[in-house]
Amino acid sequence: MSGAVLAFWGQHAPVLSVLLPSFTAVALLLLGDQGGLSPQGGGHEGQRLAWRRRLSFASALLGLVMAAALVARASSGELQVYELGEWPAPFGIVLVLDRLSALMVLLTYAVAVPVLAYACGGWDTHGRHFHTIFHFQLMGLSGAFLTGDLFNLFVFFEVLLIASYVLLLHGRGGARLRMGVHYVVLNLTASSLFLIGLAMLYAVTGTLNMADAALKVAALQGQELRLAQSAALVLLVVFGLKAALVPLYFWLPGTYAAASAPVAALFAIMTKVGVYAIVRVHWVIFGIDAGQASLTVQPWLLPAALLTSVLGVLGALAAHTLSRLVAYLTVSSVGTIVAGVALFTPQALSAALYYTLHSTVVMAGLFLFVELAAAQRGVTGDRLQPAPQVHEPVLLGVMMLFGAASAAGLPPLPGFLGKVMLLQSAADLVARVWVWTVVLGVGFLTLLGLARAGIILFWHVQPADGANPAGRSARLLAAPWLFMGMTVALAAAAGPVKAYTDALAQQITDKRGYAGVVLARQGGPDQPTTRPYDGRRAPTAPAAAPSAPDTRQEHRP
Amino acid sequence: MTLLLIVLLPLLAGTTLTAWVGRRHRTAAALAAAVVTAASWALLLAQAGTVWAGQAVQFSLPWVPDIGLTLGLRLDGLSLLFAGLITTIGLLIILYAAYYLGPEDSAAKFYAVLMLFMAAMLGVVLSDNLLLLVVFWELTSVSSFLLVGYWGHRPEARSGARQALAITGGGGLAMLAGFVLLGLIAGTFEISEMGGRAAEIQADPLFVPALLLILLGAFTKSAQFPFHFWLPDAMAAPTPVSAYLHSATMVKAGLFVLMRLHPVLAGSGWFEGIVSTVGAVTVLFAAFVALFKHDLKGLLAYSTVSHLGLVTCLIGLASPLAAVAAVFHVLNHATFKAALFMVAGIVDHETHSRDMRRLGGLWGLMPWTGTLAVIAGASMAGVPLTNGFLSKEMFFTEAVSAMARGWGVWLPVVVTLAGLFSVAYSLRLVHDTFFNGPLGEVPNRRPHDPPAGMRAPVVLLVAAAVAIALAPAAVAQPLVEVAAAAMLGAPLPAFHLAHWHGVNLPLAMSVVALGAGVGLYAVLMRGRRLHRMVSEDWFGRWMGRHMFDASVDALFGAAGRLTAALENGSLQRYLAWVIGAAIVVGAAPLVGEGLGAGSRALLPANPLALVVWLVLAATCAVLVAAHHWRLQAVVLVGVVGLVTSLTFVSLSAPDLALTQLSVELVSTVLLLMGLALLPQRTPRESSADRKLRDAVLALAGGAGVAWIAWLMLTRDHASISWYFLEQSLPAGGGSNVVNVILVDFRGYDTFGEITVLGIAAIGVLALMEGMRVRRAPVDEAGRRWTFAHHPLLLRVAANVVLPMALVVSVYIFMRGHNMPGGGFIAGLVTAVALVLQTMALGLSSSESLLRSRGGARYVRWIGAGLAIAGLTGAGAFVLGRPFLTSAHGHPHVPLLGELPLASAALFDLGVYATVVGATLLTLSVLGNASQRGTPASQEGKGC
Amino acid sequence: MLSMEWLVATGIGLVTATGIYLLLRGRTFPVVLGLSLLGYAVNVFIFVMGRLWTDAPPILVGAEPVADPLPQALVLTAIVIGFATTGFVVELALRSAHESGSDHVDGHEPGVRLGADQRGDGGSA
Repeated sequence: MSGAVLAFWGQHAPVLSVLLPSFTAVALLLLGDQGGLSPQGGGHEGQRLAWRRRLSFASALLGLVMAAALVARASSGELQVYELGEWPAPFGIVLVLDRLSALMVLLTYAVAVPVLAYACGGWDTHGRHFHTIFHFQLMGLSGAFLTGDLFNLFVFFEVLLIASYVLLLHGRGGARLRMGVHYVVLNLTASSLFLIGLAMLYAVTGTLNMADAALKVAALQGQELRLAQSAALVLLVVFGLKAALVPLYFWLPGTYAAASAPVAALFAIMTKVGVYAIVRVHWVIFGIDAGQASLTVQPWLLPAALLTSVLGVLGALAAHTLSRLVAYLTVSSVGTIVAGVALFTPQALSAALYYTLHSTVVMAGLFLFVELAAAQRGVTGDRLQPAPQVHEPVLLGVMMLFGAASAAGLPPLPGFLGKVMLLQSAADLVARVWVWTVVLGVGFLTLLGLARAGIILFWHVQPADGANPAGRSARLLAAPWLFMGMTVALAAAAGPVKAYTDALAQQITDKRGYAGVVLARQGGPDQPTTRPYDGRRAPTAPAAAPSAPDTRQEHRP
Repeated sequence: MTLLLIVLLPLLAGTTLTAWVGRRHRTAAALAAAVVTAASWALLLAQAGTVWAGQAVQFSLPWVPDIGLTLGLRLDGLSLLFAGLITTIGLLIILYAAYYLGPEDSAAKFYAVLMLFMAAMLGVVLSDNLLLLVVFWELTSVSSFLLVGYWGHRPEARSGARQALAITGGGGLAMLAGFVLLGLIAGTFEISEMGGRAAEIQADPLFVPALLLILLGAFTKSAQFPFHFWLPDAMAAPTPVSAYLHSATMVKAGLFVLMRLHPVLAGSGWFEGIVSTVGAVTVLFAAFVALFKHDLKGLLAYSTVSHLGLVTCLIGLASPLAAVAAVFHVLNHATFKAALFMVAGIVDHETHSRDMRRLGGLWGLMPWTGTLAVIAGASMAGVPLTNGFLSKEMFFTEAVSAMARGWGVWLPVVVTLAGLFSVAYSLRLVHDTFFNGPLGEVPNRRPHDPPAGMRAPVVLLVAAAVAIALAPAAVAQPLVEVAAAAMLGAPLPAFHLAHWHGVNLPLAMSVVALGAGVGLYAVLMRGRRLHRMVSEDWFGRWMGRHMFDASVDALFGAAGRLTAALENGSLQRYLAWVIGAAIVVGAAPLVGEGLGAGSRALLPANPLALVVWLVLAATCAVLVAAHHWRLQAVVLVGVVGLVTSLTFVSLSAPDLALTQLSVELVSTVLLLMGLALLPQRTPRESSADRKLRDAVLALAGGAGVAWIAWLMLTRDHASISWYFLEQSLPAGGGSNVVNVILVDFRGYDTFGEITVLGIAAIGVLALMEGMRVRRAPVDEAGRRWTFAHHPLLLRVAANVVLPMALVVSVYIFMRGHNMPGGGFIAGLVTAVALVLQTMALGLSSSESLLRSRGGARYVRWIGAGLAIAGLTGAGAFVLGRPFLTSAHGHPHVPLLGELPLASAALFDLGVYATVVGATLLTLSVLGNASQRGTPASQEGKGC
Repeated sequence: MLSMEWLVATGIGLVTATGIYLLLRGRTFPVVLGLSLLGYAVNVFIFVMGRLWTDAPPILVGAEPVADPLPQALVLTAIVIGFATTGFVVELALRSAHESGSDHVDGHEPGVRLGADQRGDGGSA
C-alpha cells in the first residue's frame, strides 16, 4: 500500500504540491464560511470553524512534508520534468523540479505552517474564507516556483497576487484599505507590463518554455537581440516591483505594516517570489553565458540592489512604529539578496540564496513578534515610544534579540554567515568595494536602528497601567519561537545548507544540461523547436505517443 | 574537546542554569555561576601543563567549511594568560556581585548575561579561526550592551549601552572586513597557519587595507583615542560589570587581537607606526583627563584607557622585551585595577556616592577598604616596590631604547608626562576619598567596612599584586614568558623581572614623574581648586559623547527626511515611478540601434479600418479631455472595448471577439453599478505640471508600445505554433485550435485562470461583507439608476432572453471544441442573461435572485466548478497519466454535429460553472451592498 | 500607403497612452478605467505578436493557412484574468471610498495630512 502511495507520489510529486493546496482550498470553500464573528454564527458555526482549522492545518503540514520530500529528491541532482496533459515541452506546459524550485517550495511551507498556527489564534475569524484564500495563496506560490513555462509563471503570479490582495485586506480597516488600493493598482499595472514583456519575448523567440527560451535567447543577435533585451528589462521592472527594489519599493512599508500580522509574516515570502523570478529569467535566460544577451540587466540591477539596501535601512532608522521598522528591514534585506544575485557568479548566487532563507524566516518571525509586543504594550501599540513594560520581557526580549541580531548580521546567527558568504563571493570582483561597503555599512545602521527600538521597547518603560492579557497565549507565542528556532537551525546547519545552494547554483548554471532534460522528448537541445510560421499544416504527423511521465537523470555534457 | 567544553560550559549550561534558578533564589544563581566558572577554570588548569611545556592544545571541528569558518580552538601561553584572567577574576566578580546587587536587581538576568559574556570572552581568546574569533568578538559586544544597560530604567545606562554597542559593534564589522581580507590573502582563516608567512602576506597590495580595518576593530574595543569615550560612559553599568568588562577583560580583547596577530601583522612598519603612536597619544591624553574626573569610576575609567594605551604603545614598539612588558602589564593592571573598581563599588555601596568632591575622610570609617585602596593605588601610580612599578619601569625602558630606533625624543617625554599624571590621579583617588578632611554631604553618613565576603575578592586581588611585587621572578615570570613567547611566535631573549636595574634613565624618569606628580596634585588641591574644575567644559562639544550623539541624531534626522520625501504615500507618484522605469529601461537597449521595419509583406488598410481607427483616436482624445464626467467615460471606454473586439474579429480571432464582447458587457454593468455608489464627477484637481508629467509619461509609453508593436508586426516570426496546428485534430480532438490549446495543450493555464476568477469573487465577498450604502435613486443628471416601472417590453424581453440565452450558451459550450465558443464564453452568456434580467426587473426585486444568502449559492457554484475542473484533471491519475491528460471520442449527434465527449469537455464544464458563479457572485455582492432606501449601516466596518 | 500594421500599432499606442494618463489620475474611478484601457491595449498587443492575418481563423477546416493560435489562447487567458481583477478592483474602490469617505487613491482628500502611525499603522487589531 505505502509502496503504491510512494510510487504515485514519485510519479506526480511536482504537481501534487500545487494540487494539495488547491483542493484543500476548494474543500474549505464548499465547507462554507459564514464568518466566525457574524451574528448568525453560533455554536454550530464554532464547530465548523474548528473543522476548517483542522483541515487547513493538516493540509499545510502535509504540504510541508511533501516539500521536504521534494528537496530530498532534488538534492540528488535529478531533474524531474512533469508534462501536464502529457504534452512534451516546449509545446505543452511542464513543471520542472530542480534544486531551486524545491528549495523555494520548502521555504514557502516552512513560513506557512507557523503562520497558519498563529492565525488560528484568532485572526482567521476576522473575516470570511481566510483559510480558503490562504491555501490558494500557497497554490499560487508553489505553482510559480515549480513551473517551467513563462506564461504559466504569469498565470500563477496572478493566482498568488489576487490571493495576496484578499489576504492583505483580511480584517479590513482604514489603513488596510488605503494600502490595499495602492498595492492592487500597482500590481495590476505590473501585470500589464508582465504581459507586454512576455509577448515581446514570444514574438522574438517564438517559445514560452524557459529552457527553450534560454537556448533561443543565447543565439539571438542584431535587432532581435535588442528587442529581447528590451523585453527582459520590462520584465525586470515587473519583478523589481514584487521584490521591492529602488525605485519600486515605496508601496511595501505601508502595505506590510498595515497587513494583519500573520499576513505580513506570510508576505515575507512574497518579495522572494520577485527575487526568484529574477533568478529564473534574468540570471539564467539573460544572465551568464547567454551569448550576446549575457548580463543584460546587470548594469541596472546591481546599483538598484545596493541602493535599495541603503535606502531600506535608512527607512528603518526613520520608522516611528515597529512594524514599519521591520517592513523597511525587509526592503533592505531584499537589496542585499539581489546584490548577490546581480553579481552573476554561482558563488554569489549561492550566498544570496542562503541569505534569502535567513531573511525570509527572520522577517516572518519579527512580524509576528511585533504584533505580540504591540498587544502586550496596550494602547501604545507598536509605536516607538516609552510604554508600559511587556508582560513577557524575557520571552519577547530574547525573541527580539535573536531576530534583531540575525537581521543586523551579528554572529553566530545566519545573518552573519550569509553576509560573510556574500563578502567572500564578491571578493575578487570589480564591484567588490561597493558591495563590501554597502553590506557592512547597512549592517551597522541596522544595528543602530534595532538597538534603538529594543531600548525603547524593553528598557525605556513606564509603570504598567493594569493587567493587559492580550497577546499572551502560548499558541501565539509558539509561532515566532518556531521561526527563531529555524534561524538557529539555519546557523547550525549552515554547512550542509550552503553545500545545497552551491550545488543549486551549479545546476541552474548548466543550461544545456537543463534543456537536455526538459526538451528530451522532442529531441534534446539541438532539435529545432520553432518553425517559421506560415499558418499551413504540414501533412499531419502521428500524435505524440503518450509515454510514461518521464524522470531522467540530469546528464552533464 | 576540553577546549570546546571550556567555552560551552558557561555558554549553554551557565546561561540557562542561572536564568532558571535565578528566578527563584538569588544566591543559588550566584552559586550556579560560580560552579560553572570554576569548572571551566579547572578544565583550563588541566591543560596548563601542556602549555607550560611549550606546546599548544588544538581543537578543530568544521562548521561552514565553505567560507573557512571552523570551530578551531587553540590554547597557548597567550590564551592561557587571558583565559586565566577571565575565569579567575570572573569568579571573584561573581562573589562580589552576590553582595553588591540589591534585592530589586534581577539576579537571573545579571548572571545569565554575565555567563554569556564570559563564554564569549573565552571564545575570543581561544579562537584559532579568524571568523570564529569575530563570532565571539561580536558576542562580547552584545553581552556588554546588555550588561551596561542592566539598569535600563536609567537614561545614562541606556545611552551608555547604545554608545558601547554602536562603537564596539561597528568596530567589529570593520574587523570582520579586515579578517576576511586577511583570510583571502593568506588563503586560510586559521591563525596558527599564518604564522610563518608574514612576509608574503604583507607583500599583498590588500594587506594595508586589511591592517587598517583590523586596527580599527581593535582600537574601538580597547577604547583607544579617539574611540575612548564609550568606556567612561559605560560606567553606568553596575560596578562588578565595570570591574570585569571595562578593566580586566573585554577592553583587553583589542590588545589580545593585536598580540595574537603580532606575528602576522608586525614588521610592515605600518603596524608599528600606527599602533605605538595611537597608544602614546592615548596614554597621555587619558592620564591627563583622569586627574580632573570627580567621579570615582570616571577617574578609574580614564585611568584604564590610559593603561590600555600603555600596553598598545608597547605592542607597537614590537621589540621582544616590549612584548614581555606588554604581557606583564596586562597581568598587573588586571590585579590592581579590578581591585580599585571593587573599592569604588564598596564606597558607592556604603556612602551611596562616588563624587570625590563630597567624599573624604573615609580612612577612619573604613580602614580595611582604605588600606586595600592605598596599596592598589600605589601600584596604579607605579610607586617603587609595587608590581605596577615593575611593568611601568619596563615601559619607560622600552620608550628610551626606542629612541635609538629612530622614535626621537618625544616618546620618552610623553611617557614621563603620562607617568606624572598617573601619579597625580592615583594620589587623588586615595587622598580625596579616604583622607582630605571629614566626610562631606553624602546620602549615607554612617559608612563602614563591607562584610568579609564582599571584601574577600579585593583582598585576593591585592594579595596577588603584592605577591608579584615581592617575588616577580618566581610568581609572574613563567607565565609571562610563555605568554610573550606565544605572542611573538618566537623564542625570547633572556630577561629577568626585578625592581632594581641600577641607576639609569628610566629610573630617573620614574623619580621625576613621582615627584612632579605629587607636586602637581598638591598645587591643584590647594584650596580644593581641583574640585571646582569641570573638565567637560574645556572640550565643550568636542567631547566624544557629544559628537557621537550629534552625528547619530543627524543620521536619524536625515533618514527621516529622506524617507518621508521618498515614501510620501502618493500612489500617483509610485505609479509614475513604475511606468517611468519601464519606459526608460525598456527603451535603453533599443535607442540608437537603428532599429527599423522588417521585411514582412504588409496588409493594405481598408477604408473601414481607417474609419474605426479614427473613431478610436477621437474616443481616446475625448476620454483624456473629458474623463471627469464618469458616466460618459464609462461609455467611451465601452467604445474602445468594441473597437477591440472589432479588431479581433477582423483579424481572424472570433473566439477573442466573442469573449471580449461578453466580458465588455459584464464589466460595463459592474462599472455602472459601482458608479452608482461613487461621486458622479472627478474633480479637476491635477496641477498643470502634474498633468504635463502624466502626459509626457503617457505619450512616451504609448509611443514606445506602438513602436515595438510596429517593429514586431513588420517581421516574420518563427514559433512553436506549428505543433498545435498539427496535433490539434489528431491528438487534441478538436478543430478549434485556440479552444484545444485552452482546454488541453495549455489546460493548466486555464486551470490557474479560473482559480483566479474564483479567488477574485470570494475576495469580493470577503471584502464587501457588512457594507451597506444608501444609493441615491437618481444620478445628478436626474437619470434613474433603475427603471421606475420596468417597461413591459424589457420585462418580456428579459423573460424570453433568459431561457434563450441558456439554450444558446449550451450550444456555444458544445461547439466550442470545434467552432468558436467554449465553456468560458458560454458561462459569460448565461451570466449576462441573468444580469440582463436583473437590470430589467430592477435590483430590488431581483435581489431575491442575487442575494441568495450572502452569495452562499454562488460560492458553491464556484467551488463545484473548480472541483470539477480539478477532478477532471486528476482523473488522469487513475490511468497513470499526468494531470490534465485528456481522453476523447466523437459520437455524432444531430443538430449539434460532432459532440466532443472529451474529458476536456468536462473540464470546460468546470470552467462554465466557475464563470457563472464568479460573475454572479461579484454582481450580487455589489447589488447587495447598494440598496435603495435602507439607511447606511456601519455593521462590520473595520475590525 | 497606409497598412493595417501601422493602424494597429498606432491604435495600440493611442489606447496605451490614454490608459496610462487615466491611470495616473488621483481618483479611483478614472484609475479603474485606465486599467481597463491598458488591458485592452495589452490584449491586442499580445494578440498581434502572432502577426496580422485576415480571414484565417485558427479553425482547421480545409488546408488554407490560419492565424497563429497560440497568442490568441494567451489573450483569452489574459482577458479572463483581467475580467476577474477588474471586478475586484471596482469593489475595492467602493469599499475604500466607503470607509475613508473619499474616493481619492490615497484614501484621503488631498491636503488632509495623516499622522505617521495612521500612514503605516493599523496592523495590530
